[in-house]
Amino acid sequence: MDRIPILKMGPFLLVTIQVDLYDRLALTLENDLISMVSQTGAKGVLIDISAVTIVDSFMGRILGNIASMSRIMDAETVVVGMQPAVAITLVELGLTLQGVYTALDVEKGMDLLYNKIGIIDVLEEDDQEEEPDDCND
Amino acid sequence: MIVMTKDTMQIVREQDVVPFRNRVREYAAKIGMSLVNQTKLITAASELVRNMLKYANGGKVLIEIISKNAQTGVRLTFIDEGPGIANVQQAMQDGFSTGKSLGLGLPGTKRLVNEFDIKSTLGEGTTVTVIHWKNGR
Repeated sequence: MDRIPILKMGPFLLVTIQVDLYDRLALTLENDLISMVSQTGAKGVLIDISAVTIVDSFMGRILGNIASMSRIMDAETVVVGMQPAVAITLVELGLTLQGVYTALDVEKGMDLLYNKIGIIDVLEEDDQEEEPDDCND
Repeated sequence: MIVMTKDTMQIVREQDVVPFRNRVREYAAKIGMSLVNQTKLITAASELVRNMLKYANGGKVLIEIISKNAQTGVRLTFIDEGPGIANVQQAMQDGFSTGKSLGLGLPGTKRLVNEFDIKSTLGEGTTVTVIHWKNGR
């Protein structure tokens, strides 16, 4: 059976979709990705769809599912490289990919993921610092 | 209206969807449709063919290049012998679905193409016809 390879790169998982997805392949990818997030403890998932010419409502839902599932598993998802024609079509179809982070290309997507993790770390540190201050007041 | 090229494809399995989409792309490219309009048409076709597989276990699609008033376009006719749609008006509303989908399929598809027509008889089947003109208007 066909499978889309998932690469581990540091704290992230990288997926490049090079073929037009049919339903079963998309569902397999969803399953594989969530298992990989669980196994590797990845903090982010980057999905490159620059070679994808069609995203219909099913495929859009899969992307949304992956993002929500990863979020529950403590990983952020960024979809990168969407073709302009695909973006136009998606919005007209009524699918706005809410809750899915997007970036123009892989490089910007990686930056976004690093920022997400970085910001979360900083916030946690800030919280810890603030608490003793409150006690002193 | 003049029919210039005509082709029929049987859709019985999920694996038939990708070759079907490629055939639609071929036809759309042949008449010089822009990339955005091609993407809209193929996405609409993908939604309709998925409906056909899901609710009627497949059917056939007529792919035609048509000409009317010096305009060229692609006409797709989806014919199935499934259970039919009880309330077509309801099925055309955003967010309505008898299945577990988002309910974007039919109304979303209508937004993507220039002309959309649906005829359904309970117990006999459903026929959906869409036309997308070369210039997308």
